Amino acid sequence: MTRFLPTAVLATAALLAAGVAAAASAERVVVQDPYLEFHSGPGRGYPVFHVVDRGESVDLVRRRTDWIKVRSADGKEGWVNRGQLERTLTTEGEPVKVPGPSPESRTAHRWEASLATGDFDGANIVSARAAWSMTPTLLARADVSQLLGGYSDGWIVTAGIAHVFMPKWRASPFIGIGGGVLRVEPKATLVRAEDRTDETAYAGAGVRGYLTNRFLLQAEYRSYVVFTDRDDNEELAEWTAAFTYFF
Amino acid sequence: MDRRFYVLLLTGVVLAGYAGAEASAQESATAKPETPQVVEPEVKRRDIERPDIDTENFEAGAFVGTLSIEDFGSSFVYGASFAYHFTEDLFAQATIGSAEAGRTSYEDLSGSVELLTDDERQLTYYDLSLGWNALPGESFLGGKRAMPSALYLTLGAGSTRFGGDDFFTVAFGAGYRLLVNDWLAVHFDARDLIFESDLLGESKVTQNLQFTLGFTAFF
Repeated sequence: MTRFLPTAVLATAALLAAGVAAAASAERVVVQDPYLEFHSGPGRGYPVFHVVDRGESVDLVRRRTDWIKVRSADGKEGWVNRGQLERTLTTEGEPVKVPGPSPESRTAHRWEASLATGDFDGANIVSARAAWSMTPTLLARADVSQLLGGYSDGWIVTAGIAHVFMPKWRASPFIGIGGGVLRVEPKATLVRAEDRTDETAYAGAGVRGYLTNRFLLQAEYRSYVVFTDRDDNEELAEWTAAFTYFF
Repeated sequence: MDRRFYVLLLTGVVLAGYAGAEASAQESATAKPETPQVVEPEVKRRDIERPDIDTENFEAGAFVGTLSIEDFGSSFVYGASFAYHFTEDLFAQATIGSAEAGRTSYEDLSGSVELLTDDERQLTYYDLSLGWNALPGESFLGGKRAMPSALYLTLGAGSTRFGGDDFFTVAFGAGYRLLVNDWLAVHFDARDLIFESDLLGESKVTQNLQFTLGFTAFF
């Protein structure tokens, strides 16, 4: 047993050394503004409680939204805004790039995530949506929605593509098509009907507008055709409003 | 006999190789450029790297508390929440909760009437909400500790399953978040789950108030 002890100690020491080395190699930046302001929390509302002068260096610890926690040479920790951190230099003297939203991200973003709600042919709809922009004008989209109506509930899952006409405009129209599956569960208290699952396809149009460099508002109309196994196909209209975050 | 031959041969090959290398080294030493560069460029092209910082915009946790289900009394409620912070002001939140409804006063007074089965008394809800940190600030605990805190408002939509039916639910609430340290937060929340119910015959809008205490971790 005692034979393993030195090995264990050595291994622990090696791990600790590795840890110290990792800690020592934390990102360090040199202040270029007259002062780097330390806020007590990650937000502009939190008071400035400490400043670090130009030429001194600080270590970057962690990030929350647009605020970065930094540690000064004398061990003080505070939160610094992304904008001010971008006016610092690395120890090699290069400008620090902190990724975040910029006007370019309106057309250069890759992903969109939305929360949507609205009306699905008389029923309420709650929807979670995702989109991937293949090009600034072409989106691949996927939605999962729950339908909550007076006579029936259900689920609808779709995938489709959308074309944005003017992605650089503040507000742009778009059109989309897609298909998926619609499940309808009639309320047992009202009618003795069976649950049914049918394929469906939609065509739609809408408007999307940039709220800021990270948010979009979208309003959309879709016309669904449900391929039922009865004689007639069903046609349903959907109106939704969505709040979208893009990154 | 064979072995000695191989050793000799190998030695010969190695020596020949060494001599060859020596010769070429001398050659390259003599073939120096005649016009040496006055200034040797020392600047290398560097790729600007993004600082590698741990980004913590997700928040996940659990809560317990009390939910007042209209006409069915107050019950213990528990659930989980998951949030993503877009900016210092705005976040998106998904919440799921569950409670077991009590009995209506009509059931209690009549004695034997049961409006709902045990399964139907189980209430579960989910909602997707947007949150706004309306009043950020610091909370002081004694003279030495100050903790970042925020009063936030949420508004969202979701669904409630209760009494064998699903109801479209609008959820709005207000909460107080206290950051104990960089990653752990305590929440005090008050929420109103509003849905239109026809469980007691007549269709009406019900207000279901919930008060909870929760813990979340940022990651």
